Amino acid sequence: MATLVLADHDLGQLAPATARVVAAGLQLGAPVDVLVAGDDVDKVATAAAALEGMARVRVARSAALATPSAEAISALLLKLAPEYGAIVAGSAAVGRDVIPRLAAGLDLMPVTDIVAIHAANRFDRPIYAGNAIETVVSNQTQQVLTIRASAFRPVGQGGSAPVEQVDAGGIAAVTRLLAAHRTESDVPDLATAQIVVGGGVSVGSAEGFKLIERLAHRLGAAVGATRAAVDAGYAPNDWQVGQTGKIIAPDVYIAVGISGALQHLAGIQGAKKIVAINTDPEAPLVKIADVALIGDLFAVVPELIEELARLGIGGQAQG
Amino acid sequence: MKILVAVKRVVDHNVRIRVRSDSSGVETDNVRMSMNPFDKHAVEAAVQLAEAGKADEIVIVSIGPKQANDVILTALAMGAHRGVLIETNERVETLAVAKLLKAVADEEKPDLILLGKQAVDDDSNHVGQMLAGLLGWPQATFASEIKAGEGGLEVTREVDYGRATIALPLPAIVTADLRLNTPRNAALPMVMKARQKPLAVRPVAEFGIDISPRLVIDKVSPPAERPGGRQVADTAELAAFIAGEVKELEAL
Ligand SMILES: Cc1cc2nc3c(=O)[nH]c(=O)nc-3n(C[C@H](O)[C@H](O)[C@H](O)COP(=O)(O)OP(=O)(O)OC[C@H]3O[C@@H](n4cnc5c(N)ncnc54)[C@H](O)[C@@H]3O)c2cc1C
Ligand SMILES: Cc1cc2nc3c(=O)[nH]c(=O)nc-3n(C[C@H](O)[C@H](O)[C@H](O)COP(=O)(O)OP(=O)(O)OC[C@H]3O[C@@H](n4cnc5c(N)ncnc54)[C@H](O)[C@@H]3O)c2cc1C
Repeated sequence: MATLVLADHDLGQLAPATARVVAAGLQLGAPVDVLVAGDDVDKVATAAAALEGMARVRVARSAALATPSAEAISALLLKLAPEYGAIVAGSAAVGRDVIPRLAAGLDLMPVTDIVAIHAANRFDRPIYAGNAIETVVSNQTQQVLTIRASAFRPVGQGGSAPVEQVDAGGIAAVTRLLAAHRTESDVPDLATAQIVVGGGVSVGSAEGFKLIERLAHRLGAAVGATRAAVDAGYAPNDWQVGQTGKIIAPDVYIAVGISGALQHLAGIQGAKKIVAINTDPEAPLVKIADVALIGDLFAVVPELIEELARLGIGGQAQG
Repeated sequence: MKILVAVKRVVDHNVRIRVRSDSSGVETDNVRMSMNPFDKHAVEAAVQLAEAGKADEIVIVSIGPKQANDVILTALAMGAHRGVLIETNERVETLAVAKLLKAVADEEKPDLILLGKQAVDDDSNHVGQMLAGLLGWPQATFASEIKAGEGGLEVTREVDYGRATIALPLPAIVTADLRLNTPRNAALPMVMKARQKPLAVRPVAEFGIDISPRLVIDKVSPPAERPGGRQVADTAELAAFIAGEVKELEAL
């Protein structure tokens, strides 16, 4: 039986993570359909149809789906579930919200935050903030899964899957969106960025975070933060990296003034290279970094931005 | 308004855990246990609603071994009114936890059920959503602010793009994120008083719910070790390293 992947999208844009979730869905070995649920989603459907390897894109349009809600999306997925052997979403906010609710409706145990697929019923998932990896086997009749997108390589963009409509009648929104507080920023998507610059509470102020952002601009990088920095009001909550924030797997993670508490490390275990800038040579992050510089971030970071410019990195950025 | 709060006893979040050498799981013998941190925020939210005159009864429920009484007592000391322990020494999966909580909700008929957004041991992040699905109630997960009005709630949720404020009717499920509030530490007199509050211990069998696991845990392994790296002497050397990495990425 086929696999259904729920597309993640926001403001009419397909989330970059979906190409990775599709890649994971294909590893289950069955044909993959992608479901785009929303109201004004033509562009999203077109972008989804370009993902390689899929059977078809199914579009469910309804005013009740205009903003993503667990009640409406899980009701839609419950209707479609009999056609599928597996239903898969990314483990970002929408997938985390929807998939367990759907699983309960189907009387199934979901397997969530999957980082490796060994077989169509055998998966790895991290537990205890990534300090242990659990390998689980699900011999249930259907699989209901979320995928940690950063653990999978995206499929290409050369596809041309057919787009079909799905009946979204009878789906009602129970909750109502009153306000969306968006972080205005032109930095790349944190969850899928190749380079991330992270700042800790020692950056000292929201003003101080501008310095972190300048370094990020120079490198074309996304910006991350520790929970301590977010709690102090120096950085917005959607920048938090860690067990309870975003999980990232960039090629390079540059940790500036971050101690490396295990809850923070949980979010960066997938990073290929880690760079640490810290005054304390004993900080756990310095111990695990590939390259560490012991020094004061307020002296190091401005110098680093200048050095990078001299080396011809990020010419057009406003570093 | 009557509030039910689900709390879980977990390995304390400050403990550095160890995977058993036979890959059967994580060593939990003789390690410090405490209330799941997210659940403290859920209890605190309930107590604040009671203090604001919006709630008149707070019932705490936990599923786990006899020792889980300790976390119920912690919640009672914070200001909750009574507790229910559903006692089991078995591994209880999230679906079974949600079914047991539904059975309690059917008996207690709360207007609001508060849970933590995730437990820091299994990191599942399931139970609130599953319970909402089983009850057919609306849900507001990852809450960083709760406002109670007439017959409904306004909840601010932490989402991928920042925060979203939603309105939902009662009865409802809310799961707590860490920025919801600052949980109080119960003063000694409250801890003493907690022991006087009603705490029912009920064997899991009483509920007649099949809790046999659906998933097989094949093995539990430690994560890949990160070999430590090197220290560089100055910013120029650091910049050269980073520039090298960036150029390699651009070449791909
Ligand atoms: C249940 C739970 C969940 C959590 N989830 C998360 C999570 O998802 N993400 C997360 O990040 N945290 C999380 N935390 C918090 C975590 O435990 C740490 O408190 C937090 O990560 C520490 O942030 P920090 O590194 O900014 O601050 P600190 O630990 O205070 O470290 C500051 C570092 O800056 C260095 N420093 C100071 N001054 C300078 C300077 N001038 N130049 C250079 N270096 C300097 C210091 O040497 C130190 O290493 C969670 C905690 C709990 C209990
Ligand atoms: C003695 C014992 C041994 C166990 N051993 C294992 C094991 O080796 N491997 C394994 O995978 N699981 C084991 N479990 C089961 C496991 O601890 C969880 O109960 C279950 O997997 C729920 O996952 P979670 O806590 O990550 O749920 P989440 O969905 O992350 O929890 C969210 C919220 O739901 C509520 N909640 C969750 N569980 C409970 C509960 N029990 N009581 C009250 N409220 C709750 C809390 O408010 C919590 O914040 C064991 C349980 C017991 C009692």
